[in-house]
Amino acid sequence: MALAAPLGMSALASCGTAGPGQARAGEASIWYLSTQPQEGIRQAGVEAFNAANPDGKLALTFFQNDAYKAKIKTAIGADQAPTMIWTWGGGGLREYVRNGQVDDLTDWFAENPAVKDKRFAPSFGAATIDGRIYAVPCENVSPIVFYYNKDLFAQVGAQPPTTWNELMALVPVFNNAGIAPMSLGGQSRWTSMMWLEYLLDRIGGSEVFETIAGGEKDGWSHPAVTEALTKIQDFIRAGGFVNGFQSVTADSNADQALLYTGKAAMMLHGSWTYGGMKEDGGDFVPGGHLGFTTFPEVEGGVGDPAFAVGNPASYLALNSSATEEEKTIAKNYFANGLLTDADADNWITKAGSVPIVNGADAKFAGAADEEFLQFVYDLSSNAPVFAQSWDQALPPATADVLLTNIEQLFGLTITPEQWVANMNATQTS
Amino acid sequence: MTSAVGGGQRSLGWLVLPALLFFAAFGILPLLAVVALSFTSWDGLGEIMPAGLDSWTSVLADPGLPHALWVTFLIMALSWLVQTPVSILIGTFLARGHRYRAFLAVLYFLPLLLSSAAIAIAYKALLDPNFGLGAGLGVPWLVQNWLGEPVLALGTVVFVVSWQFIPFHSLVYQSAVRQIPVSLYEAARIDGAGRVRQFFAITLPQLKYTLITSSTLMVVGSLTFFDLIFVLTAGGPADATRALAVDMYLRGFRGNLMGPASVIATILVLVGLALALALRRLGGKDPTASQLEGA
Repeated sequence: MALAAPLGMSALASCGTAGPGQARAGEASIWYLSTQPQEGIRQAGVEAFNAANPDGKLALTFFQNDAYKAKIKTAIGADQAPTMIWTWGGGGLREYVRNGQVDDLTDWFAENPAVKDKRFAPSFGAATIDGRIYAVPCENVSPIVFYYNKDLFAQVGAQPPTTWNELMALVPVFNNAGIAPMSLGGQSRWTSMMWLEYLLDRIGGSEVFETIAGGEKDGWSHPAVTEALTKIQDFIRAGGFVNGFQSVTADSNADQALLYTGKAAMMLHGSWTYGGMKEDGGDFVPGGHLGFTTFPEVEGGVGDPAFAVGNPASYLALNSSATEEEKTIAKNYFANGLLTDADADNWITKAGSVPIVNGADAKFAGAADEEFLQFVYDLSSNAPVFAQSWDQALPPATADVLLTNIEQLFGLTITPEQWVANMNATQTS
Repeated sequence: MTSAVGGGQRSLGWLVLPALLFFAAFGILPLLAVVALSFTSWDGLGEIMPAGLDSWTSVLADPGLPHALWVTFLIMALSWLVQTPVSILIGTFLARGHRYRAFLAVLYFLPLLLSSAAIAIAYKALLDPNFGLGAGLGVPWLVQNWLGEPVLALGTVVFVVSWQFIPFHSLVYQSAVRQIPVSLYEAARIDGAGRVRQFFAITLPQLKYTLITSSTLMVVGSLTFFDLIFVLTAGGPADATRALAVDMYLRGFRGNLMGPASVIATILVLVGLALALALRRLGGKDPTASQLEGA
């Protein structure tokens, strides 16, 4: 088992005979995830970097998503990890930091202000643990977007909701027309969680969850939490979500299909579903039938309506047990290899996503999905706070309890008060 | 090469070695490691810290444990109750040699070829309330919240498990029925016994040991149902289908709590051993005794 044959495909011939974690002398190692089109973009970036830096190259290995998650843990425990550790930031990164497995990059960013200024300021939130920066944000941003079907809104003569009460008023309108108001892949659980993330922020502001994630005792007892939970249960009782939403799965994209086949009028989902609906929805996206906007404001709420939630970026952390030589190469890659002009272009044109580069919107002109890209860019770069998903921000053991409780909340089998009590019980550990 | 012939038991002993080595390396050692891990605290990432009985007390005090045990036994009992009669009937039916039955047998055994994950994904798609079988065929009663209602979800798991494993157990019963001497049936016919009487008076009693073998496989196998439940419901809705094996995975690999997960694994091993032993007892003192005597 210690031989650790690479599960993923070795992409570069230069990987040679060294194990996946260890590069040959004069090289630093990096592992990336292997799905297309991201894989091609990552590979092109590394190849360009290697061509420009023949003295300090990268050894690149690709892993499938789930294989990576399992492999990286074992590798770090066995001191076989690559020089650069790709992560989603947040709670996972916090675990690395607590075990002293990644380097503090705060001072490096202070010495290289250009690297920091280039990136969206909100993207650093998930890389920052207790005020120190431990990872370099890279790649693209994926906020959660409020989608709607323009045709169905025209059919019932309604406007997209800007407030929570308007949304509640739309529920009977669509139900009477035989259309489900809101699509939701409730079986996947994190889909339901996105509703609570936005609702809690709109009602109580982003500080409420930040306090909770900091581990404060009885943090979930904040009145804004109970109000958010009550509001979502009211919405469910009113028939807001599609019938049988607890059996609808997001991994089969059945929730997206409800929107583009005209069975549901609205959907709250990640910006990555835009590409999926464009691919599978026939004329739905190209014909301009898909509308998108921000999550409604809640009457009386104190949260900033510009707040966004989702995946703020991808992250690369620096393995603390790497050699100095490897670290030098890695830092050179952080500064000069990531999010170059060519790389940013690729994220826009090949992946149809928004790279976390300030001013990237100048490149959108003429792109196929210019309107959507601009919307995501404005939402993400202007957000005062770009929060991570709760299950990423909380410790893994708590995240599991959270998802189970969210499912019970949406199934109306527990009250908001029971929910708060259950979640507070996780705060003491 | 020279002394093997006629060397008695001693010279053949080495033949056991390879199997013994593999069993020790992949069966015994991991088991011991799991027991050892259950007395530690480990997040799968950092140092393994000895923690004494902490994991054991936390798991045993957790209301989730009795619930997971209950779900496991419920799935075990229900799937046994569904699978056994159906398997015996199909097995008996297929044991008679007609050409059309051989053709049907091929169809019945098809689910054996599919992996649990593939079956779970297929059923997930078929049970989708908006795009699944019910909506597609326009059958209203098939449009249910199959994976969203706790009771329905448990029923769905039992159904899919049975669908997957009935072919295997039918195969076992089929071969057992074929072992029953035809003379028994001939004698019964002369005595005037009808088909139903023959089934209950001859076939069923003759299948006793097959029943025990097949039940042991079902019962002990159902303790390790993981892949199917994990892909189908991931233990949900909430914890309605969170059986022990799923609970172990979620604690260990989602929650990064390897200590408590190892406790569950140890409990699983103990429960499995106890059940297998109990079932052997049910079979009588000497399971090799013949059933044909005095027939």
